[in-house]
Amino acid sequence: MQMIIASRLVDGRVVFMDDGADWTDSIEDGVCLETETETVRRMTAAELAIENCEIVDPYLIEVVGEDGERRPAKIREAIRAFGPSVRTDQLYSSGG
Amino acid sequence: MYRYDEFDEKLVCERVEQFRRQVERRMSGELTEDQFKPLRLLNGLYMQLHAYMLRVNIPYGSLSSKQMRVFAHVARNYDKGFGHFTTRQNIQYNWVKLEEVPDLLKELAEVEVTAIQSSGNCVRNITADQYAGRAAEELADPRPYCELLRQYSLLHPEFSYLPRKFKISVTGSPTDRAAVALHDIGLRMHLNSSGKMGFEILVGGGQGRTPFIAHTIREWLDPEHVLSYVEAILRVYNIHGRRDNIYKARIKIVVNQMGIDKYRELVDEEWERIKDGSLNVPQKEIDRINDYFAPPVYETLEDVSDDLDSLREISADFDRWMNSNVVAHKSAGYSIVNITLKAPDRVPGDITADDMDALADLSERYSFGEIRVSHRQNLTFVDVQQRDLHSLWQDLDAIDLATPNLGQLTDIICCPGLDFCSLANARSIPVANDINQHFLDVDRLALVGDLTVNISGCMNACGHHHVGNIGILGVDKRGKEFFQLTLGGSSDEGASLGDRLGRGLPQEDVPEAIEAIVDRYLETRNDGERFLDTYRRVGIKPFQNAVYGDVSTKVVA
Amino acid sequence: MALINNGALVEDDFVYLDDDANLPEDDAVIVSLERWQASRENLLRRSAPIGLLLKSDQLPECIGEGLQRLAVIALEFPAFRDGRAYSYARLLRDKYAYKGELRAVGDILLEQLHFMVRTGFDSFEFETDDPLRDFEVAASDFSVWYQPTGDGRDTASELRWRHLDPVLSTCPVAGPKRTDNASGWRSFLARRA
Repeated sequence: MQMIIASRLVDGRVVFMDDGADWTDSIEDGVCLETETETVRRMTAAELAIENCEIVDPYLIEVVGEDGERRPAKIREAIRAFGPSVRTDQLYSSGG
Repeated sequence: MYRYDEFDEKLVCERVEQFRRQVERRMSGELTEDQFKPLRLLNGLYMQLHAYMLRVNIPYGSLSSKQMRVFAHVARNYDKGFGHFTTRQNIQYNWVKLEEVPDLLKELAEVEVTAIQSSGNCVRNITADQYAGRAAEELADPRPYCELLRQYSLLHPEFSYLPRKFKISVTGSPTDRAAVALHDIGLRMHLNSSGKMGFEILVGGGQGRTPFIAHTIREWLDPEHVLSYVEAILRVYNIHGRRDNIYKARIKIVVNQMGIDKYRELVDEEWERIKDGSLNVPQKEIDRINDYFAPPVYETLEDVSDDLDSLREISADFDRWMNSNVVAHKSAGYSIVNITLKAPDRVPGDITADDMDALADLSERYSFGEIRVSHRQNLTFVDVQQRDLHSLWQDLDAIDLATPNLGQLTDIICCPGLDFCSLANARSIPVANDINQHFLDVDRLALVGDLTVNISGCMNACGHHHVGNIGILGVDKRGKEFFQLTLGGSSDEGASLGDRLGRGLPQEDVPEAIEAIVDRYLETRNDGERFLDTYRRVGIKPFQNAVYGDVSTKVVA
Repeated sequence: MALINNGALVEDDFVYLDDDANLPEDDAVIVSLERWQASRENLLRRSAPIGLLLKSDQLPECIGEGLQRLAVIALEFPAFRDGRAYSYARLLRDKYAYKGELRAVGDILLEQLHFMVRTGFDSFEFETDDPLRDFEVAASDFSVWYQPTGDGRDTASELRWRHLDPVLSTCPVAGPKRTDNASGWRSFLARRA
């Protein structure tokens, strides 16, 4: 399934679009996009969020895994979602 | 060290306030991201994978203990408690927030530190070698000219929108620790037969996707002409550099396309016109700036090598550290001490706020409160009394900053890579850590001797992989991280680009490949040969065999 | 589109003339380099002012004869990242001693206005809600700078030396003027010695 990932303007943190077209830093709360129509509608909302100075650089990503164990399919986005793979003391969980 | 006067302070304050206004206009939407991006880059602010990253200049790698403490304060208050030293003698903070950056910059400005032009298509931080003003072999001190060039290039109205970034480096020693041949402009200081100093000017070096060693554009330039000559080079580049393709926009491309002779012709034509004008640096100004870099008052000391020898016999650890990290100083009874940020469990080049504070304290106790940063992401105390060496070593060891690996295999240059950087294709830090884990035996490391390993997570080559004795480049191969090795690179006065070893290796195979290369070197070397010497003598085949098996039977992809 | 000239909001006397449009006898026009090179004499024959628009890949050396008779040279910034025109402005002022109006047109960010003023531009075409106020704010972003750009304004270095050297402070104000090619430094110090 797909999700929209972006960077929050004010602090650069990684966020996902949630069900209310708001932005959450938890991948578990991100809204899953299953249809083409839904995707287009949500990406339009993302464009609006850019104009509202909430986020920058939104794009679609593949997400796999069961609820509670979601992770992006690609390593780059996994690192974005869960933090650097090194320095575990610097990790921020996607709820942090 | 250079100290700001009222003019320097004013300029920097005005810049901070200008940036504050720009941030406000961005957050209100008056500026779009597209418009804001070049403006924030001119202040060294990137958007990376996790957060904004701020790159702060450390001009020619020179820091005071006071500035280091503010770096620690910034790390604690605006970041996650650490910073990262880069291959251009800068420090990077990985977790800053846009809305807080103007305040952060203000705090830095108060200790004469800026992030101006640490990014963007302008002249970047002017770098030099970390032993400037102190090395026993040094011909002339590069720092005054670095400072002159720094001021000259800061917010230069004509050259703030160049085709691409522009990097300048200066060396004053025969041994080039500043990688000048890999810069857009490199300056080498020479002395003529009467002892007068002049510059050899090199142009068109660089790494990235298309690496080049710089050409000499001028063999000898009298120092008072340094600014006008650099201006001529910049003006020709600004006009003729390509603007159609960001991968072909550096000066190295235009110099190699039109040829160094043609480029020189254009520069000289312009320089003839401007050379005795307002950019001439009068002797008085050279003297004024030189004064800032006068060495501290040294005590008249006796040689205490004997005392040190007995301490070295008692402690193998101290002996090892003395061998690897301590270097000869101009002044009798003093030494230069290197502190590598490359312990096995560290992220290469990273430093915690606590470490910063501790080193600030130690620098005041042992080295006149000055700290240098090298392009190999290490730190240096340049004025340590020999009789203090053992005590300093103990203090460093107590905070795990006495790793005896300067210039050795585990003194790895490593970019932040895919763990942090949005440009990366692969993670570089885990590779460095893996290699470290395979080479924990410090005696073996000392046996191997000088061997530079440089790792970049992508073709932008911030990890300088092209000029590592062993270079490692991370690539993305069908979604998996693979690593291409090169051999035989060098960034010193005999600069060379590494040769590709063979097909890319998955991450888990890299440490073994390094081991195979090292073993082959140890088998093959002559007495006194460093890795690089052996490689240049025997060529790449023996190493290809070692890593990939018999080359003649294997297809090297 | 507003025009700021010498710090004031003004009407634009000039009209940009298409290459294939007829040349009016009495109007102030700005033409392309191609037209200038093709019909220089005709253009200069008129008594009405003539101006030239240079694109960012057209160097000042292409202008040739008649440069000093151009009332305005407009330098285009096709994208704000394209900084070639800053160098063209410097060359026009310093090398070619151009005295007429040097106009910045195209994609201009407010933050670039200060640099443009310093490199020799005196007029700017741009569009904002309050161009005059925006220009005044932007142009005064900095009151201190390091580099001489031939515009006669004191650099930090000159200010420093005036501060440090009492003899120098009795010398005439400011460094080399736009029209003066002398090396301000050397001549000051040589005079004193």
